[in-house]
Amino acid sequence: MRALRVLLHVPGRVFRFMRRDKKAATGAIILFVLLVLTAFPTWFTPHDPAAEIYTPGAAVSWSHLLGTTSFGQDVFSQVIAGTRQSVMIALIVGFFCTVISVIVGISAAYMGGIVDDGLSLLTDVVLVIPTFPLIIVIVGYLKSAGFWLMVFVLVFTGWSYGARQLRVQALSLRNRDYLLAAKARGESSWYVITVELIPPMTSLIVANFLGAALYAVLASAGLQFVGLGNLNAESWGTMLYWAQNNEALQTGLPLWALAPGVAIAILGSGLALLNYAFDEVANPALRPVRAMKKRRVA
Amino acid sequence: MRFLARRLGFLLIALWAAMTVNFLIPRLMPGNPAEAMMGRLRGHINPASLKALEVAFGINTHQSLISSYFAYLNNCVHLNFGISLLDFPEPVSHVIAQALPWSLGLVGVSTILGFLIGTMLGAVAAWRRGGALDSVLPPVFIVISAFPYFFLGLLFIWFFGLTLGWFPILGGYTETATPSLTLGFIWNIIDHSILPAFTILITSIGGWILTMRNNMITVVAEDYVKMGRAKGLKPRRILWQYAGRNALLPNLTGFAMSLGFVISGAILVEYVFNYPGLGFLLLQAVENEDFPLMQALFLLITVAVLVAIFIADIATSLLDPRTRTTS
Repeated sequence: MRALRVLLHVPGRVFRFMRRDKKAATGAIILFVLLVLTAFPTWFTPHDPAAEIYTPGAAVSWSHLLGTTSFGQDVFSQVIAGTRQSVMIALIVGFFCTVISVIVGISAAYMGGIVDDGLSLLTDVVLVIPTFPLIIVIVGYLKSAGFWLMVFVLVFTGWSYGARQLRVQALSLRNRDYLLAAKARGESSWYVITVELIPPMTSLIVANFLGAALYAVLASAGLQFVGLGNLNAESWGTMLYWAQNNEALQTGLPLWALAPGVAIAILGSGLALLNYAFDEVANPALRPVRAMKKRRVA
Repeated sequence: MRFLARRLGFLLIALWAAMTVNFLIPRLMPGNPAEAMMGRLRGHINPASLKALEVAFGINTHQSLISSYFAYLNNCVHLNFGISLLDFPEPVSHVIAQALPWSLGLVGVSTILGFLIGTMLGAVAAWRRGGALDSVLPPVFIVISAFPYFFLGLLFIWFFGLTLGWFPILGGYTETATPSLTLGFIWNIIDHSILPAFTILITSIGGWILTMRNNMITVVAEDYVKMGRAKGLKPRRILWQYAGRNALLPNLTGFAMSLGFVISGAILVEYVFNYPGLGFLLLQAVENEDFPLMQALFLLITVAVLVAIFIADIATSLLDPRTRTTS
């Protein structure tokens, strides 16, 4: 019951927080718009994104807001249609990374001893092995990564940063009086962890979700850009691949390459701005101060 | 000493894990891609090289998995990575040696510059809390650090390279120029490295600014900073000698940790600019199914990151006595 009350408390707090914090509000609006595009792409695409039936290399006009590709596809429709894949990758990879980092980080901190040593070592090893080259090598053997293989590889390589941060925070909470009190009452470990330990860590968990989602967006776009994704996918990374392969920049079609790049940057900025705002919640010292408070010393 | 031993132990474990992953990946793949590669090569390369490749990828050998694993580890330790297929029949180590200086120069210089400039800007931003720098830098760089590295590269190519025509956009040097140690050729190399270097610098600098600013905010609230002010020390002295030095310590570990991200970004930057470094080579190896080269490059990049982390750990322990006493 208490868990439910805590959960119901969250939306109101989030809303008040958004109103106060411009960075968070900007990030939230960006993500909301992109979620709408993800849910209903066909409402916003003036043309069939796959159709190669328009004048190739057409300039910007009312019927082609961002011009066309050298294959005769509508760039604007392709950008809108590509939203779905990046947003889905962000949400799914972010979700699984967060679940793994919560499980690993909190069990390490809560159980301590040899479990902690083992899990921390595992986390640190995964953390220091450079992920992108590893992803390239894994995908390189298979020649191409479809959606779910990409999700798997990104989760496999992306959970460690969050696990490390969550472990540190859980360690600092572990011996607080209210937790010891819950244990002394004879509550089960499950109760102590889910009701007493996790709620105070919410902002860090959300920040980690956003961080993992950002990582997934950038890494998947990078993979598709170098041609390791599904070359028929409707996605920003794949658009960039075709644009680069057809020398869009050199042949006077810069929008073909720049538009999907800007789209990735917008999604990335939305995630990063929210992430930063949640960092400020987790660490109140970082919150913006008004200029009048500053000391005139330097 | 104990600290050093622990860090060295971790370095070795991480290295071993990377080598093991490298060994297992081709063997876990469905339909053994290495075998398909070998099928195409049969008859084109001499039997001895083929034999070496078979050992490396576990094909046609009657060895058990365990003994081929130890043979593989032994080869790794002796830097024996086999023959490159991309540049046949050059040994993999030669192919890598040609690309290494390019990456060291480009990625090394731009990363270190990014760290230094970012750290200083972050320190100043936190020092003047709420000032112009502090209100502009964080949001701007949050947005820029969310840009894909390769996109910024494309943007630079389009704007500075093609539209303005200020810089060359492809390669490490003009292809018609003959490599020599003349001033003209050195300038040619620098000229080609400016755009990729700026791409890496600008996308990586935001991270350093933000972490340094956040550390600095915590440190500025410490009593010894108040003490310095009370004593009437010059603000500049407090900023750099008192607060800055201490805020730098966590950033140093952060530097090592983020190096993996920077190198990942640099791979794509090299790809965008056709820069003849390790990242470009890695992607070429993937494209041409040069699995021995791919494996060796992954290991080399991993070793570079691990050694950098080790050095940062040692530097932190030398500069910060607290890390030496806690286990």
